[in-house]
Amino acid sequence: MRVGLFVTCVNDTLFPETGKAVVTLLRRLGCEVDFPMAQTCCGQMHVNTGYRDEGVRLARGFLDVFAGYQAVVVPSGSCASMIREQYPKLAAGMGASRPGAFASAHGGRSPFARAVAEVTPRVYDLAEFLVDVLDRTDVGAYFPHRVTYHPTCHSLRGLRAGDRPLRLLRAVRGLELVPLAAADECCGFGGTFAVKNAAVSAAMCADKVANVLNTGAEVLCAADNSCLMHIGGTLARQRAGVRVMHLAEILAQTEDAR
Amino acid sequence: MSGTWLGMPAFPRNAEAALGNSRLRANLRKATHTIRARRAAGVDEMPGWAKLRARGAAVKDAALRDLDKHLLRAEEAVTTAGGRVHWAADAAEANTIVTELVKATGHREVVKVKSMATQEIGLNEALAAEGITAYETDLAELIVQLGDDLPSHILVPAIHRGRAEIREIFRDRMAAWGRPAPDGLGDDPRALAEAARLHLRERFLASKVAVSGANFLVAETGTLVVLESEGNGRMCLTLPETLISVVGIEKIVPTWQDLAVFLELLPRSSTGERMNPYTSMWTGAAEGQEFHLVLLDNGRTGVLADEIGRQALRCIRCSACLNVCPVYERAGGHAYGSVYPGPIGAILTPQLRGTATPLDASLPYASSLCGACYDVCPVAIDIPEVLVHLRARVPHPPAERAGLAAAGWLLDRPGRLRAAQRLAGRLRGLVPRRRLPGPGAAWTDTRDVPPVPAESFRDWWRRTGGEDR
Repeated sequence: MRVGLFVTCVNDTLFPETGKAVVTLLRRLGCEVDFPMAQTCCGQMHVNTGYRDEGVRLARGFLDVFAGYQAVVVPSGSCASMIREQYPKLAAGMGASRPGAFASAHGGRSPFARAVAEVTPRVYDLAEFLVDVLDRTDVGAYFPHRVTYHPTCHSLRGLRAGDRPLRLLRAVRGLELVPLAAADECCGFGGTFAVKNAAVSAAMCADKVANVLNTGAEVLCAADNSCLMHIGGTLARQRAGVRVMHLAEILAQTEDAR
Repeated sequence: MSGTWLGMPAFPRNAEAALGNSRLRANLRKATHTIRARRAAGVDEMPGWAKLRARGAAVKDAALRDLDKHLLRAEEAVTTAGGRVHWAADAAEANTIVTELVKATGHREVVKVKSMATQEIGLNEALAAEGITAYETDLAELIVQLGDDLPSHILVPAIHRGRAEIREIFRDRMAAWGRPAPDGLGDDPRALAEAARLHLRERFLASKVAVSGANFLVAETGTLVVLESEGNGRMCLTLPETLISVVGIEKIVPTWQDLAVFLELLPRSSTGERMNPYTSMWTGAAEGQEFHLVLLDNGRTGVLADEIGRQALRCIRCSACLNVCPVYERAGGHAYGSVYPGPIGAILTPQLRGTATPLDASLPYASSLCGACYDVCPVAIDIPEVLVHLRARVPHPPAERAGLAAAGWLLDRPGRLRAAQRLAGRLRGLVPRRRLPGPGAAWTDTRDVPPVPAESFRDWWRRTGGEDR
């Protein structure tokens, strides 16, 4: 299967190891991975901060770049959720806000709406792609560490990823998965929320970190490096001795390699 | 917290102040987690909740679509049943109507059933300006009123108060409003409730005029419905000679069958109870009673015109979104500067009041968009969707606008992004991990910055074709 990798602007710029891990993992599972160089950003930061026009421009770019793929894999729950859950709402909203144009009522859709309808159903978060499309929970990984998992809001309540990441982690040899209390609660990142409402964001993270430390895990795993940057940055500031790892980086590790 | 919402700073500053109040934090944490768990149990045991929720949303949408017809139908039914209907376009008009009605009775005191609509319009203050005293009779509203405080939660307005504080308020303030607290009052919840009961009982028996809101207005018969837990509502609705109900126009449900849906959705969502203890219903004027219905717009028609924002009018004021919100739990209700706090307040207040003040403009940002509110909403209001919608409408700070414009420019072309990544890679040694300058300080106040990699993913791919790890 030929897979388009949308690595996301955050991973591309700050966390290239996550992208490399996705490539390793998908190739190991028999996929042909393509990284279209024209990709940049899904537009989530702009749309969610109130800059809809800029965000939609980036969304158009994404849809152009990934129009031809059988499957698009995104190693970020929130970017995948932006594309699959919010793009359709943006398309509907654009139709609604044009005076006199009853786009949805008449079934006549804008080019943007058509592209959204065509491309977004084939966009998957990494865990979804592995479990639902490749039908794999055991990906042959080896990671002999005590790990706890933060499900992240947009995977959980946006994509409805459910327990797919946990099933993947349980099948990793050597890995001891310990449950995280109040796992479904937001860590307080929230994109620009982390700086626009920095105090509340930090207070939310204080509770998340307390729950992480209570597990006694050495690694906090999630499928979103934005949330991990926030929680991990707090853990690092506290010299807490817990490191954060993207799900892909754990699943990519085998007994032979590394 | 005393006085008024007016002139409050923006949400982040209010929240930051509240975060330092350890008693408030403890009270809120305990209360929200308790109600949250109760709601979850009440909903989980209910088969077909998702269907019921979808039905609730559909009924409200249908009612709002034909709101004009339903309202006229309700007016006719109420009038036929001996009530009088008044139409109020805004808060000032509603307050004038109610004040004149009370004045016409010749009485200077009214008892009140807990009502969000009358809080929204500031009725108590308007009555006070005309020499009329309004007495709150809901236990939590009583605590707020005696404490010269403001409500911080829709269902539990005194949620920010612990029992020790409540005891002090009763001990110090009850006498000024009527029967004093018993000597030697302790902070046992039973004793506190008994003190309130004795204090309020005298008020009920003496009062000739009552003001209420309503949870629902059934259009087909003109019947008003109030759901409550304490019985104070029943007292106020039945004992006085004159009853005035101030009801937002979005409270309409077309039929009794529609009402049944909400009688299941509301108690489980708000208190986790299968059924609320008191449900009072009345149509027009009871024998020997005078009844007035004040239908309140106060910005609702404007909200209705917004295709995305209008879903906020489905709200049945259950508070489930407040109880589950991680921001509300930490910031508390006063930070939202409105009688509607929490996630629903963050989308309702800027729509009803506009976004002209720094506070109102900051409310759509008072959320991490975690989506917990949408999941628990019994009428499926997509609060994150409306928040994002409103964020596109509020004025943006110039520095932020410039920053996001720059980011948008960079991200618009892969070549620009790549050049920026390379520059960052070359300067990576200069990026401070613990103290960023300017607005970045908001990040590094509590968080380290991740190390900037020497090579971006796209450059690695370009160099290796993805073959080398």
